[in-house]
Amino acid sequence: MGQIEKFPESSRLVVIGNGMAAGRALEELFAKARKPMKVTVFGAEPRVNYNRIMLSPVLAGEKTFDDIIIHDEDWYDRNGVALRRGESIVAIDRARKRVETAGGESLAYDKLVIATGSLPFVIPVPGANLEGVVTFRDLDDVEKMDAAARKGGHAVVIGGGLLGLEAAAGLALKGMKVSVVHLMPTLMERQLDASAGYLLEKAISARGIDVYTRADTAAILGADRVEGVKLKDGRVLPADLVVMAVGIRPNKALATSAGLECNRGIVVDDLMRTSDPDILAVGECVEHRGQCHGLVAPLYDMAKVLASGLAGENPQGFVPAATSTKLKVTGIDLFSVGDFSDDDENNEVVLRDPARGIYKRVILRDNRIVGAVLYGDTGDGAWYFDLLKKSEDVGAIRDTLIFGQAYQGGSPLDPMAAVAALPDDAEICGCNGICKGAIVSAITEHGLTTLDDVRGKTKASASCGQCAGKVELLLSSTLGDAYKKSDRRPMCKCTDLTHEDVRGYIRSQTLKSLPAVMQELGWKSSGGCPSCQPALNYYLVCAWPGEYVDDYQARFINERVHANIQKDGTFSVVPRMWGGVTTPDELRAVADIADRFKVPMVKVTGGQRIDLLGVRKQDLPAVWAQLNAAGLVSGFAYAKAVRTVKTCVGAQFCRFGTQDSTGLGIKLEKLLCGSWTPAKMKLAVSGCPRNCSEVTVKDIGVICVESGYDIHVAGAAGLHVRATDLLGHVDSEEEALQVCAAILQMYREEAAYLERLYKWVDKIGLERLRATIFEDRQAREALYERFLFSQRCARRDPWAERAAGKHLHEFTPLAVISPVARVAAE
Amino acid sequence: MDEINAFWFDCGPVNSIPPRGARTVRTPRREIAVFRTASDEFFALENKCPHKGGPLSEGIVHGRKVACPLHNWIIDLESGAATGADQGCARKFPVKIERGRIYLDMGVAAPA
Repeated sequence: MGQIEKFPESSRLVVIGNGMAAGRALEELFAKARKPMKVTVFGAEPRVNYNRIMLSPVLAGEKTFDDIIIHDEDWYDRNGVALRRGESIVAIDRARKRVETAGGESLAYDKLVIATGSLPFVIPVPGANLEGVVTFRDLDDVEKMDAAARKGGHAVVIGGGLLGLEAAAGLALKGMKVSVVHLMPTLMERQLDASAGYLLEKAISARGIDVYTRADTAAILGADRVEGVKLKDGRVLPADLVVMAVGIRPNKALATSAGLECNRGIVVDDLMRTSDPDILAVGECVEHRGQCHGLVAPLYDMAKVLASGLAGENPQGFVPAATSTKLKVTGIDLFSVGDFSDDDENNEVVLRDPARGIYKRVILRDNRIVGAVLYGDTGDGAWYFDLLKKSEDVGAIRDTLIFGQAYQGGSPLDPMAAVAALPDDAEICGCNGICKGAIVSAITEHGLTTLDDVRGKTKASASCGQCAGKVELLLSSTLGDAYKKSDRRPMCKCTDLTHEDVRGYIRSQTLKSLPAVMQELGWKSSGGCPSCQPALNYYLVCAWPGEYVDDYQARFINERVHANIQKDGTFSVVPRMWGGVTTPDELRAVADIADRFKVPMVKVTGGQRIDLLGVRKQDLPAVWAQLNAAGLVSGFAYAKAVRTVKTCVGAQFCRFGTQDSTGLGIKLEKLLCGSWTPAKMKLAVSGCPRNCSEVTVKDIGVICVESGYDIHVAGAAGLHVRATDLLGHVDSEEEALQVCAAILQMYREEAAYLERLYKWVDKIGLERLRATIFEDRQAREALYERFLFSQRCARRDPWAERAAGKHLHEFTPLAVISPVARVAAE
Repeated sequence: MDEINAFWFDCGPVNSIPPRGARTVRTPRREIAVFRTASDEFFALENKCPHKGGPLSEGIVHGRKVACPLHNWIIDLESGAATGADQGCARKFPVKIERGRIYLDMGVAAPA
């Protein structure tokens, strides 16, 4: 203390906050050869500095509080720090350079460090202040959760980020029935991409925790204490305990009231100085260059800069470094670092092992690692992180990079030689446990020549299909030149599987989301491509009607905005005219709309509709609203869907007509409309074999004859011209409707995306279609039932939804910048 | 150029663009497409495909690329350049995100 007089101008240091950032700053300071200081630390919590990050293991019962103490009492004594625990500072008097405690005491400082950390964000819903609602921030919270867990019951954790999941896992371990409610579509979306988020959700669910994604909390229910959580979609989850873990915000109240410059946090410069030269700030409460930090690594870097400045050194300014994330839940291994934004095969390397639940992705720019996401096998996380920090050129090891550090130095093998070199007991098919020896002997003993033969005989590659490539290599190495590679056409460059494979697995493995399909089927890219995204979206829509949430961003623009894009970026609008029949009122409405919106062209289409061409995108909702008002709905002329049923006038007027073809066409169109199909569908009904409505070049058509109805399929009159085949004959209108719907459903369930019906029929053979529809009554009725079920969710007018405001962002510009005034859209 | 760079247009909150989506910003001289990727990166290009002028904002956003809705040219969002065998480049503009809002460089309104 005798030295204080030597440095009187800056000898008294007061620190507000006793968390990890403050503790680290002092530690750094004391380690330096420095001028002595009289240090006083105020901590709002009644305890010493502990490792807040380790609260999750304490909650889980894997560690005790003593295990996570960073600075014990002895440390404060040894360094001459006066620790005032449980005492808060309520005011800073900058003019007199004094702080005031809650107890009314005033204390002078020469330098002041604000390290007030952050406050947990509490979403402002009704009931948020009920007893039993806690946050997850300090040891008191852990004790409250622990007490609640001892009574058992239901816990709802709001927030599926790092903290929320750790809280959920801890509470589940203590025997509570836990649900996690998360606003976004995937868990931990800030640290993980969708594929890793999918695996995480699977692992969390496997612990008996219910995960609700896309779930927005409406209210917390209860009279005196919490009884449940109500979601905005109306669902109610029972709860005896609610944990809010939706994020943190910098605790800047003290600094704000002292008049320091604050935005989201307390604004500091590169040297951690606030707008007052004698006041510094560090940790989660600060905002540096517009950014707030919540992970420990940058906070410790800040502490270092701050200590260096306090010690009178000339520190390098704070530069936020890349940070990595790990989840502290025993048994769940995940790691992410840096920039793991979406990319394609040129800039990312992806490795998936569906059988073992592994997903690894390394993101590159200019041959340097800029990010990594690892799930299931995180052993190489530190290695990738190191390469990233060093910004090392990995071009030379790119081919083997994804296999990890242990694999480096070896050269990439010729895949054929690698398979040939495997021992007989090497497992090829992980799902079914089939070894190389078993496959090779099956090939030789049974004379197998194709992948499907091997699948049938051994089950190898019959589950997830991942090893199909290896099995083909085995066929090739066993049979030599006798093996002709199959003409299996992979769906796209993201996978080796065919469309048919993928559709099969979506059903057999009950895959219900794009990330689920991509992970479980081992997609080679992280997010798919413009070719597989719409295909998978269709397969999921078809396989899980009413359950799968249509991903509009995976759809082509025409289906996203329910109109056909034209070469100049305008759209064409085609209302449905059932069976090609319209009324004077409808025509007047169409004419009025064409006038009002100055539609450049009104044209009659080949499918007996009226096309309004050249409508500007921003006018679409208004055009639809007015068409709706006249009773006109979307004609789906833009979609891979049922477009038109063309009819002739039939028995009502025509002297040759045998049945009411117009009436049947209208009924048919009303039954089938709204259904998504692999490719566009055009139908027709003719009243007699003269066939004025051109049934014989339609996908499905009905030709009325005296004795009933002939059902035709597989016509085309576009790029290819193909006359229909007669599939069969039915006696009644009712039966004709059922048969057409059953054909449509079979096509929906089996065809590859973008495969027109005639191509699919040529592929499966007319006989198979006929056998299913006309010779197997049960099969036909089952198809019909599935079609009706699917229609319950599909048959709605997308125009009405849009005119009512759904996804309005599609039709309004984000902003208009004009010389006079700028108008923000939202 | 430094003077121009000091000015940014506030184009609204980031949430006004859906992930894997795009919105347009209209200026007197051109239309800008502002893209948001699945991982919340933002890019701004002139809303005109170098091929036949298709509105890139209507394309399917995948990774850091967008597929033009007219003829499926794949445009790199970062550079504006066509990928693969196709040749051409859409003009790019600086965009930045601050405090949850999207800012476009004032250069979008500059001539040529």
